[in-house]
Amino acid sequence: MISFTPTDEQQMLMDAVRRYSTNDVRAIAHEADESGDIPASVLQTGWEMGILPGNIPETMGGFGETHSAVTGALAYEELAYGDLSVAMRLMTPALVAIPLVLDGTDAQREELLPLFLEETPPLMTAAFIEPTFLFDAHHPQTTAVPDNGQFVLNGKKAYVPLAEDAEWILTYAWNVEQVDAFFVQRSAEGVTVGPREKLMGVRALPTYPVTLSNVRVGADCRLGGAQGANFPRLLAHSQIALAAMAVGVMRGALEYAINYAKERVQFGVPIATKQAIAFMLAECAIEVDATRLMVWEAAWKLDQGQDATKEAYLAKQYADKAVLMVADSAVQTLGGHGYIREHPVERWLRNARGFVTFDGMAMV
Amino acid sequence: MAISFEIPERIRQELQMTEALASGVMRPEARRLDENEHTRPTDFIKMMWPVMRDQQKKALDKLAAQSEGEAPKREGPGIANLRLMHMVEMLSWGDVGQYLCLPSALLAGAAIEAVGTREQKERFLRRFAEGDEPVWGAMAMTEPGAGSDTSAIQTTAVLDETTNEWVLNGEKIFCTNGKLALEESNGVVVVWATVDRSAGRAGMKPFVVEAGTPGVRIEKVEIKHGIRASDTASIVLNNARIPYDNLLGSAEVRQRDGSTTGFKGAMATFDASRPLIAASAMGVGRAALEFVKQVLADAGIDIPYDKPYHELTAIQRDVLEMEAQIKAAWLLTLRAASLLDHGVHNSLEASMAKAKAGKAVTWVTQKAVEILGPMGYSREWLVEKWMRDAKINDIYEGTGQINTLIVARRILNYSSSELR
Repeated sequence: MISFTPTDEQQMLMDAVRRYSTNDVRAIAHEADESGDIPASVLQTGWEMGILPGNIPETMGGFGETHSAVTGALAYEELAYGDLSVAMRLMTPALVAIPLVLDGTDAQREELLPLFLEETPPLMTAAFIEPTFLFDAHHPQTTAVPDNGQFVLNGKKAYVPLAEDAEWILTYAWNVEQVDAFFVQRSAEGVTVGPREKLMGVRALPTYPVTLSNVRVGADCRLGGAQGANFPRLLAHSQIALAAMAVGVMRGALEYAINYAKERVQFGVPIATKQAIAFMLAECAIEVDATRLMVWEAAWKLDQGQDATKEAYLAKQYADKAVLMVADSAVQTLGGHGYIREHPVERWLRNARGFVTFDGMAMV
Repeated sequence: MAISFEIPERIRQELQMTEALASGVMRPEARRLDENEHTRPTDFIKMMWPVMRDQQKKALDKLAAQSEGEAPKREGPGIANLRLMHMVEMLSWGDVGQYLCLPSALLAGAAIEAVGTREQKERFLRRFAEGDEPVWGAMAMTEPGAGSDTSAIQTTAVLDETTNEWVLNGEKIFCTNGKLALEESNGVVVVWATVDRSAGRAGMKPFVVEAGTPGVRIEKVEIKHGIRASDTASIVLNNARIPYDNLLGSAEVRQRDGSTTGFKGAMATFDASRPLIAASAMGVGRAALEFVKQVLADAGIDIPYDKPYHELTAIQRDVLEMEAQIKAAWLLTLRAASLLDHGVHNSLEASMAKAKAGKAVTWVTQKAVEILGPMGYSREWLVEKWMRDAKINDIYEGTGQINTLIVARRILNYSSSELR
């Protein structure tokens, strides 16, 4: 039966995350963007909401009934509504936990999943993107070559969140004829983490380039063991996570622009009473809802155990464009004031542009 | 509840039958009917009449079985609007022009259902529930001087107290199925007229005009850019007399306080009709998209869902965008119809769906003609027809701009006087 109403549990989670985003995150978002750092207390409060443990199934030791992409998407939208850097930094452990839930072997799950239920998140991240405009998620240039029951990894990764402090980096690489992910120790021989990257947006999220030079890992370090990973499905989960975050950014930008347009008086009237402004905002509102529905449909399909490759791909593509359009419209609504960093809309525009690039930087 | 996109089994089964009709009966006639404007889609009408008639009969019999004053039983949310939107999408995939000739009470039925009394429902709708000859209903709102601004209508209804009849005078244009309702069947047209021009919207009332009413004349039928199989009539009302009880709702005129039942009634029918227009748009859009993908596939060009931007050709990018636009608009439509079934006020969502769908299908079909080049532009294929048919969806039942205005007012919490 068609329905657009979240469950009571989901609604409670959304309400809690929204309170956190509105009260805790918004208060520090500007300063975090300027300084490139997020107060530890805010991150700790966010972690204690238990978004990730709640999405690890009880059968795997977690606190959730089942893993649900829909639930994740709902929470991620609320988080990104607060701030994208905070959302991505807070959910960096999910880059490892969710692939474990989806594709991990029993042994991998038993060893690693309990770490995600602790009072502080484990120091784990994932390396996915490569530093070239020719990057193709389905055919990474980073390679994993089987060698005497081990794998030898070579390649260059970029946009690896929190890599400097990570103990483990789940690294995606081309393995003979498919994409696989490998648990690589930060301290392993051949792993080099470069200086922190300087990006246009998500400036409060520390990201790093990672170089792998003849890094050897055991066969048990391959996600999913002998079977490997179901990479297309993992990518779909990532696309949905990112698209859900894009919806949160869009919603925040639209809301801000609406409030501003109703207060800002020019020509003796609030600018929102001019169709030129009102129509721009209405079109944004339509896109926010349309994008959210595409995210929900793709997530729902995944939760049904169906192939959602197409839906997730289209949702992500759609979200990439829509979030830029909405953030840009928000800046435009504020005019000159939108260009000043004291208003958040220019930050949201910088963050919005990143989504086309952010493949693999969120996992739901 | 939980978020779900599961189409009920019953609708999926109905869709299979509708698809057979759309591909077996409508598609083969689509080109001929487009080239021969004002020709009736007789095969389609013949096949649809018993279906529509029996549905109407069921609804009326159900109503008759209820005791006076008893509210219709509700067993949780229904799926009536969901069913309808899926059917409309599929029929429009077949051919929008023919679909619009669906023999039923349609918009007239919606207005009568919304505000009519039991007696009126029986008197005006029974004809849609019996007999071998198809019957049409229509709605006449637009006038030469009143398009998007429906409150500007000039058609008058004056009560002749000596005979207790309303006397209607004025001209209505762009009335879908007006000729079918008034001249080619024993149908009805719901005519909007003002009982008090000085009262603005408050004075606007819907009146049921039956076929055969003296003083009612079909002035002309339009020749159009697309949906050429659809009947678009101009109706002149010249001292047309109808019984007092043909007024739907109350005759009372309340002043400009926005609490008028008449105009609100019209607006409420839009909440139901706009998702259907959006669904119809999606049918044409899907037809064009599927056709383009088929032609490309025949030429060895597939549409990938796993390639980065730099590896996609320009055509692949276009088709992916067409597909995404249709999906986005379809999901908005699904939500608008579903909310209606759940009894939730949906005018914001209905306008969102309508605005998005009209814009999306216009762009998608124009793109389809472009991609297919000389054959896209040729009247040998249906693509150019779909582009012409598609455009109406951004115009009727509120232009894209009017629906955008409604969305704007709702999100800004402005009244129609605050955001004009």
